[in-house]
Amino acid sequence: MHISEGVLNPQVLITGSALAVIGTAIGLKKLDYDRVPQVAILSATFFVASLIHIPLGPGSVHLVLNGLMGLFLGWVAFPVILVGLTLQAILFQFGGLTTLGINTLNMALPAIICYYIFEKSAKNNNFNLSVFTSFLAGAGAVFMSSLAVALSLIFTEESFWPMAKLIVLMHFPVMIIEGLIVAVCVQFLKKVRPEMLDAAYVK
Amino acid sequence: MNFEEFSTGSSFIHRLDPRIKIITAVLFSVTVALGDRFIILSAALVAALTLVLAARLKMMRVGYRLLIVNSFILLLWLFLPFSYPGETVFAIGPLEATREGIIYTLSITLKSNAIILGLIALLATSSIFALVHALRHIWVPDKLVQLFFFTFRYFHVMHQEYLRLRGAMRIRCFKPRTNWHTYRSLAYLVGMLLVRSFDRSERIYQAMALRGYQGKFWLLDHFSLRINDLVFLVISIIFIFALAVGQWTSLLP
Repeated sequence: MHISEGVLNPQVLITGSALAVIGTAIGLKKLDYDRVPQVAILSATFFVASLIHIPLGPGSVHLVLNGLMGLFLGWVAFPVILVGLTLQAILFQFGGLTTLGINTLNMALPAIICYYIFEKSAKNNNFNLSVFTSFLAGAGAVFMSSLAVALSLIFTEESFWPMAKLIVLMHFPVMIIEGLIVAVCVQFLKKVRPEMLDAAYVK
Repeated sequence: MNFEEFSTGSSFIHRLDPRIKIITAVLFSVTVALGDRFIILSAALVAALTLVLAARLKMMRVGYRLLIVNSFILLLWLFLPFSYPGETVFAIGPLEATREGIIYTLSITLKSNAIILGLIALLATSSIFALVHALRHIWVPDKLVQLFFFTFRYFHVMHQEYLRLRGAMRIRCFKPRTNWHTYRSLAYLVGMLLVRSFDRSERIYQAMALRGYQGKFWLLDHFSLRINDLVFLVISIIFIFALAVGQWTSLLP
């Protein structure tokens, strides 16, 4: 879900970078120096997990997992996503340097929204509530991200409208699968390693 | 899987100071991303291509990278020429491609490829650890640099862990298909990866604390600028400045 270099106009790029800087600063402030290695290992794991292909009909989709990151990390999702995207820009040239800000914002803001809305209920002991809300967190984060990508394109140039619509539509199947995976994954963690869900990654 | 395939080499670009490379890459990307004149974008593309050639990278691999990155651009070509308002050049059924639309899409294509080639030549030719080291020297918050360093360091470890779990699934005849069993198994796989990373992170943290880690990274070696680095920096700044002048003044036709 990266926007490539050279597509967006300066206004969108600058606004995105400014907001991403603020988000990252808040995230870093909430992250204790002591916890940096642990959060980094988690972030590496998210990075690896996003390489998994999930089969869907004749094709396959990639996991995004920003919803799950939000549930785990809260505001720390901002620096974690920034680091992930920077690595992808350097290693694979996905995204790029000037789009780093807007791409981080598009993925991290939905993660934080999910954190505020769903964090408590997803970790609740009520099975049905937890399944339902963690599904919404996984699917909702992908939906909001695709919407954010579409908006970034439309703010750049109005003729992006048809393409922006297609991007959101294309993400509907990804949303459903992501929701299912996050819902099952949260239940798995609650059963196997419950202390992980309320580990203090952040202050 | 080699994630840093371009980082080994002996060309003069490989040997440049990573700090210089990062600064040049940022200035170049920003200038090109903001530009929109054809002549400027073409000049930037030629310059980036020259750098890639000078770095003597495997051109097949560079082409492959470009191909993947251009899939997004291809999507643009399917839409933008037809949705951008302007003078009609040709029509496919009810769809009319406009001159302005084609020009706009072409300029995006040039821009995107110029920046990507620039990133391959300047950043992908350094190892991540060299870049991390350089970031410490150029106003990037320490905590962010550490997060970056550890993420890359443990990315390999967790990737190995992933391959091990995936292998265990394959031995048990797991074949991914579009069904509930697949989705549940893969969700458990993600969960198990997180559990393993959690356990490992506890152990690593304890080992580090035991050795006196207090959140600080000491730098034992420092970069020293050589004459080549300075010459490269001066030439690239002059070039980028020329691009900016050409873009935002009316010196060029």
